[in-house]
Amino acid sequence: MMSHLDGNAIAGPLSEIFGADMTMASGRCGGCGDVSPLAMAMVYLKPNAYIVRCHVCDTMLIMVVESRASVAIEIEGLDSLVIPR
Amino acid sequence: MTSTWKVGTVAAIHAETPTARTLELDVPDWPGNLAGQHLDLRLTAPDGYTATRSYSIASADSGPRVQLAVDRLPDGEVSPYLVNDVIVGDELEVRGPLGGWFVWRPEQTEPVQLIGGGSGIVPLMAMIRAHEAAGSTARFRLLYSVREPGDAFFAAELAELERSSEHLEITWVYTRKTPDGWPTPAGRVTPAILEASTISAAENPTVFVCGPTGFVEAVADILVELGHSSGSVKTERFGGA
Repeated sequence: MMSHLDGNAIAGPLSEIFGADMTMASGRCGGCGDVSPLAMAMVYLKPNAYIVRCHVCDTMLIMVVESRASVAIEIEGLDSLVIPR
Repeated sequence: MTSTWKVGTVAAIHAETPTARTLELDVPDWPGNLAGQHLDLRLTAPDGYTATRSYSIASADSGPRVQLAVDRLPDGEVSPYLVNDVIVGDELEVRGPLGGWFVWRPEQTEPVQLIGGGSGIVPLMAMIRAHEAAGSTARFRLLYSVREPGDAFFAAELAELERSSEHLEITWVYTRKTPDGWPTPAGRVTPAILEASTISAAENPTVFVCGPTGFVEAVADILVELGHSSGSVKTERFGGA
């Protein structure tokens, strides 16, 4: 299996969706309840997609799909997301 | 910070190592960047297929010039093109600056331990440059692990800083081949090396670790064993480029 990156790798597409830096945003994992900055999540790179998993329990948190025409996020296993002001 | 795609022009290129090059891009409307931030770079094939990868920025300036240093990864989709094919004058699509987690700001005064493996030096170099440019007196210590002396990025600049800077200390680790006369044999970073050659947890440093995933995980695990809280150790992994 390909080695993973971390949440820094999804800063770009998420900045287009949220209009903010999301690497500092705290996500709560729906699998284990861990609360961590998205920067600490594990990111698996697929062609035109990023799979984001909890760094503690491996639960799939979000998927980001990006093409020239659009960028999309599917919220899979995040209970909450807090963006620092 | 909303980041959308911009077109940058390659303004200068030079070799860093046998497999890596520095690319300087002029990006109109680039807002400047913090030390440690990265950008996304997108290549588009004639059939419309795109490949996007993140690259750390080696510079931390306010102007439109952005410096990247890219290592060619075997089987990579993007890095071989950047290292082998791109020429001055080429246009590249970039998005950034990105990231607020793995950054160092000149107003930080606590000790900083930087630990880099291979091309993982790139965002750490931006921090070292920002530290120098700001005249910061914060204690900086760098541990830089490379396979052999010829694989070091920014070798001349680091050697000069090692001589001239009062606030930067550098430790080199060679994993495959050391310089002639080096006091210790080649080998990977060990708990003993980290304990002897990095700022101790008792001094409450902020620690930045960047490199290939295996390197980052091994180092981060050792740091926690040495008493650093996981919240004070910031990591950035790369690979698959």
